[in-house]
Amino acid sequence: MLSDNPMVSMEHISLSYHSPQGETKAVEDLSFSVKEGEFVSLVGPSGCGKSTLLSLLAGLMKPSQGTLSIHGKVGYMLQRDQLLPWRTIRQNALLGPEVSGKITQQDKDTVDHMLKKYDLWEFRDHYPAELSGGMRQRVALIRTLAIHPAVLLLDEPFSALDYQTRLSVSDDIGRIIRQEKKTALLVTHDISEAISLSDRVIVLSSRPAKVKQIFDICLTVPHHSVILAREAPEFPEYFNRIWKELNQDAQ
Amino acid sequence: MPNKNIPSPAQAAYLRSLHHHRQMVRLCRYALFFCFFFLWEIAADLGWIDAFIFSSPSRMFQAFCTLLENGLLLHHLSVTIAETVVGFLLGTILGTLFAILFWWNRFLSEVSEPYLVVLGALPKTALAPIIIVWIGNNVTSIITVALLTSLVVTIMTVLEGFQQVDEEQIKLIRVFGGTKRQILTKIVLPQNIPCIMNALKVNVGLSFVGVIVGEFLVAKAGLGYLITYGSQVFKMDWVLLSVILLAILAAIFYQGVVILEKLVTKRRNY
Repeated sequence: MLSDNPMVSMEHISLSYHSPQGETKAVEDLSFSVKEGEFVSLVGPSGCGKSTLLSLLAGLMKPSQGTLSIHGKVGYMLQRDQLLPWRTIRQNALLGPEVSGKITQQDKDTVDHMLKKYDLWEFRDHYPAELSGGMRQRVALIRTLAIHPAVLLLDEPFSALDYQTRLSVSDDIGRIIRQEKKTALLVTHDISEAISLSDRVIVLSSRPAKVKQIFDICLTVPHHSVILAREAPEFPEYFNRIWKELNQDAQ
Repeated sequence: MPNKNIPSPAQAAYLRSLHHHRQMVRLCRYALFFCFFFLWEIAADLGWIDAFIFSSPSRMFQAFCTLLENGLLLHHLSVTIAETVVGFLLGTILGTLFAILFWWNRFLSEVSEPYLVVLGALPKTALAPIIIVWIGNNVTSIITVALLTSLVVTIMTVLEGFQQVDEEQIKLIRVFGGTKRQILTKIVLPQNIPCIMNALKVNVGLSFVGVIVGEFLVAKAGLGYLITYGSQVFKMDWVLLSVILLAILAAIFYQGVVILEKLVTKRRNY
């Protein structure tokens, strides 16, 4: 199923922030690529510039050095769901097409289809405050998918949820992304989440962010359930190796 | 699960005491109101206070009936109401427009910040005589004074609301390739409707101050005119009646804005 075309590639990317206190190197000489249909996670110590990488890929910032390329449209899923409380679920899901011009009948059909498919149809005219955390997260994903992105960038989208919800939501979201056959790049600081969702896990160093190690994840359970993935015999092994890699840095 | 229909004895007792408490508060409020006017009336009737200077509820009522019959009351009332409404709507709308301008252009906002702070602290009523000299002895002057009292406060509160919008929400529009204008219309403005409503509430009161001060000085019509005129010719019944009518008006306006706010923010979890 996976082809070898890199959908996302970053080559020798560096980025510095400027403030009156001085210059901060956020990213230094960082390179990696993501293939079509692949699910890749970026893990690293907090504040290491993981989210900055996504902002670079989304075109919100320009790198100081290096080149990056993305084939196709980018969908960005933000920290927390960021549903707008004054819009109904359907209006929230249609925000992308609305911003990029005009909502076509096709956009409406896409969104309605996804709302039905992911059990949100009866809530289409409700406001976000009336939905549970997990449902809101699904709406946020539909909003991201409504613009037909080729690549999904996920910026710790589950970090605001409690542990229980977090498990089931990441299971949901992971399944939907695979069903829709999307290429995805997830930023997280949760090692278990990264292993259970991904084909590959890229471990980043602390600031300035560099690639420390890349792990190919191969679990002997079907990849479609995040919860089952955690029971795979290889899971603890991966966990320990990634954990060690992350903590070496801290010392 | 406790049964919702049949509360436990403890819950029932709690609800009873809560109800009792609320009733007492309401009762005391009414009692205070009636006692105040009753004592005022008695004091005037028995000559404890000079009714010519302090008036009395019955004299005010008589003045009310006379002024109502000859149509003067409605005239003065409607002038004050119209000036106030125009003043606070203009203040809120112009203030919001300025806030949008300053949000849009950060440089402009930084340059004007010290001036806004000084103008905000300045008692705007001090400008009233100047305005009247410049614009003339007319309604436009009064409305301008009312507008000035609320304008700067509105700019500052609304701009602060604009600047406090969550960066992540702005990012939401940016990752969809949205423009600054879309950030304004789809995030910043709807997010700040409660803030604008609060400005409206404050402006109702401020606008009354501006209008009354303006009417004191321009002196043609309105409750402010009635107050100055009344005090000059020692018709204290008119003066005190006007003050009480002003209090009632202010309360009605404030409630009106509260209702408007409820309508606008209904169901949405701001």
